[in-house]
Amino acid sequence: MAAIEALPATVRPPPSRMAAFWRSFAENRGAIVGLAVMILLIAIAIGADIVAPHSPIEQFRSSFLTPPAWIQGGSFDFPLGTDDLGRDILSRLIYGARLSLIIGAMVVTLSLAVGTLLGLSAAFAGGLIDIALMRLMDVLLVFPSLVLAVVIVAILGHPSLLNAMFAVSIVTLPHYTRLVRAAALSELARDYVTAARCAGAGTLRLMLSTVLPNCVAPLIVQATLGFSSAILDEAALSFLGLGAQPPTPEWGTMLAGALQYYQRAWWLLTFPGLAILVTVLAFNLFGDGLRDALDPKLRR
Amino acid sequence: MAELEIRNLTVEFATSRGPFRAVDRLDLTLDTGEILCVVGESGSGKSVSMLALMGLIGYPGRVTADVMRFGDIDLLGISARARRRLIGKDMAMVFQEPMSSLNPCFPIGWQIAEALTTHGVVPKARVRERVIELLHQVGIPAPATRLNAFPHQLSGGMNQRVMIAMAIACGPRLLIADEPTTALDVTIQKQILDLLVRLQRERGMGLILITHDMGVVAETAERVQVMYAGQSVEERSTEALFAAPLHPYTAALLDALPVRAIGKRRLPTIPGVVPGIDDRPRGCLFNPRCRFRVDTCVVDPPALGGTPGAYARCHFPLDEGGHPTNGYPGCAAAAQ
Amino acid sequence: MTPPLMEARDVRRHYRIGGGLFAKKGLVKALDGVSFTLDAGRTLGVVGESGCGKSTLARVATLIETPTEGEMWIDGEPTLGSGTAAGRHRHRLSVQMVFQNPYGSLNPRKTVGSILEEPLAINRRGDAAFRRETARAMMAKVGLRQDHYARYPHMFSGGQRQRIAIARALMLQPRVVVADEPVSALDVSIQAQVLNLMMDLQEEFRLAYLFISHDLSVVRHIADEVMVMYLGRPVEHGPKPSMFAAPRHPYTQILLAATPSVDPAHRHRSVPVTGELPSPLDPPSGCAFHKRCPYATELCAAERPELRPFGGHEVACHHAETIG
Repeated sequence: MAAIEALPATVRPPPSRMAAFWRSFAENRGAIVGLAVMILLIAIAIGADIVAPHSPIEQFRSSFLTPPAWIQGGSFDFPLGTDDLGRDILSRLIYGARLSLIIGAMVVTLSLAVGTLLGLSAAFAGGLIDIALMRLMDVLLVFPSLVLAVVIVAILGHPSLLNAMFAVSIVTLPHYTRLVRAAALSELARDYVTAARCAGAGTLRLMLSTVLPNCVAPLIVQATLGFSSAILDEAALSFLGLGAQPPTPEWGTMLAGALQYYQRAWWLLTFPGLAILVTVLAFNLFGDGLRDALDPKLRR
Repeated sequence: MAELEIRNLTVEFATSRGPFRAVDRLDLTLDTGEILCVVGESGSGKSVSMLALMGLIGYPGRVTADVMRFGDIDLLGISARARRRLIGKDMAMVFQEPMSSLNPCFPIGWQIAEALTTHGVVPKARVRERVIELLHQVGIPAPATRLNAFPHQLSGGMNQRVMIAMAIACGPRLLIADEPTTALDVTIQKQILDLLVRLQRERGMGLILITHDMGVVAETAERVQVMYAGQSVEERSTEALFAAPLHPYTAALLDALPVRAIGKRRLPTIPGVVPGIDDRPRGCLFNPRCRFRVDTCVVDPPALGGTPGAYARCHFPLDEGGHPTNGYPGCAAAAQ
Repeated sequence: MTPPLMEARDVRRHYRIGGGLFAKKGLVKALDGVSFTLDAGRTLGVVGESGCGKSTLARVATLIETPTEGEMWIDGEPTLGSGTAAGRHRHRLSVQMVFQNPYGSLNPRKTVGSILEEPLAINRRGDAAFRRETARAMMAKVGLRQDHYARYPHMFSGGQRQRIAIARALMLQPRVVVADEPVSALDVSIQAQVLNLMMDLQEEFRLAYLFISHDLSVVRHIADEVMVMYLGRPVEHGPKPSMFAAPRHPYTQILLAATPSVDPAHRHRSVPVTGELPSPLDPPSGCAFHKRCPYATELCAAERPELRPFGGHEVACHHAETIG
């Protein structure tokens, strides 16, 4: 039988998904800026050993509380000044970037993995299991996230970076679970899932091979935005003394130690704060751009 | 003078792959109290053209026309406020999906009353009475008890009747129905179509019925306009169109209907697909799929040939017996 | 005498809805006693409007949902009534489905090749090379080009997607194909292409079709037998020519009369039809159709008619003799 619906050879094939996605993404200037800053941050974090002028924990006894280079009293040895123990702020910020990115990645990965599993299970199992899981997630959502994180760190024992990461992962878990469950439920109603069932697909194959790939778009967006909120939450915990412990150069810890000097040495507060702001903003802009580009309803 | 006159209507959408012409130089006229059916498949531009008439095409669509006149109002130069006074009052539209065209948050009585109070055709004291009267006219049983019903509590057929009540509430001179029965069951479809025709006759309204169902066209319309890929390819009286179509697309479309192939095993088909944005032919838009095409068809876009009210956009319209008039058998470039 | 390819007897599918502490429990009898037989190379057309149960019938016939009651046989072997998992598995492999919505029935994240190979992969038939070859062969059979193999569904038109869906249904070499409104979402010209394709495939593979549609003209073209359903029960069942020429049940007559037709010669005498389809939660007493039937009597409201043979059809009407 002839292929009677064949397109003539002169017709351009429609643009690939990647090209179409990139085109809509690139329309959003903020998203491009966010992406550029993200790439810059990742580059700095990877090349921290090369980029940073000094070691982050080395104390220079002769230079406590030196102001930034452009202010009288500062020097270009320490471009952004030093802190109360004589450590170079710029170097600490750079190594802190590495730490923040690692934290963000691990928290998101953990939450994503567990949340996806739970969400899929809830959607597929239905009934009592679904209700139980969702009520559990509701319990987690009831508490203000920071309070809950503090409580979890306390339960886990001693404050440390690792425990803080677990705490933040648990706190953000419900968002992923609900997202995956909602996406999976709406995909389950579609005919292609029924067709796969008709061909004999078992539950595991349905979950991972059929439904999950179609739930990915909202997940990517949530993961990107979750990255920035993970960094923020981790910084908050460290600020409270429950996360990274000194002398680890984590931005939140730096803020904690800088409070008492806010009048004398403003640079101790400002630069870590700015670093957090810029990072979180970049990830959020990127995530927003991603969501707009992936949302089929907004697409023309 | 015709009630509605449209000349050279073009609607273009700016897309990432270039401008897309959804409606291409459409001409349409309607007299008072006439029923016109606009028929076409998906992508023919039938809905878009009527939305453009109502002024419902937003960015990134661009509407241009030489003439777009309703009564003695020029719809092209009209201000937004003047248009809002017109739409819903003198010119009304009924849409395809009754379940999603009604606002799910408000009771149907309220929605119909909104149509009445917006245009101020009835004093406030009499609105409720008028709504009940309208519901009764569209055939909803026990209308007084249904005033507070929400759309989701009514069936699709009932909702469509409510839509029709909203549309005729202010006594329009023109009613446009965009596939009003496609989403409904066949027995309900018949009731709704009968209702539309009855209302049209009682009120002397003009009725433009958009559909893809040739059966509906045959049983409802007085005049038919066939659209293909944004262009109007044939306009005839209903009987003439079904007896002896002029345009090869109309003929092929009728042949492809299962009901015309009773006794035959295979249904005649139209090879190929409707041209999209990438593969718009240079000459006649239908030529890649036309059985009778010759070189002229590939190169020259055809103009409308024939008399007003009985024309076809074809270089070589079919004759009475449905045969091509271009000496087709033995012509070069005749493939397939 | 060879047994029919597929047989179903008195299949029912009831749903319990509502319930809980305060709400009343309801029972929806989506399917309430359907029986039919299918033979190789022949098509049974099932027609009806919303709520008649034809979609439920499709899901039950393919065992996507297990019926509440009833028995089914494939090639004379019981599949449902046997109660064994092996029997049900054999049923599922022998009866495949083509869905209505060409835009929802294909996984948007899989290529055409992957969609076609999936049924084979799930059932572990052959190795990767075998699956690829079979998929490509099937693509050619349904009229798709070979370079469509690596494309995604969103790059195809509605008609092409239905071809892919039909190809997928045939990958497991089923005996029966249940088609749930396969051409309803397509334009007339594409509809004709897909119907021709389905008829060619039926002839080549000796398939039995259970063809569900609300469009009587399509059913008239493709079916050999026709069954009309209303509120979960068949009301008339018979060979196609006489079903269209001389329908016995008032609902069949109304359906035929209500279908708009291009040729005046094929229009049926107009039968007045009133009212709405009743809610399946609250079906009328006696004959489900009596409230809308122009010939209803007290008997119709009191007693539900069963299918009985009359005039070459099976008709569920008390007054079949006097109508028409």
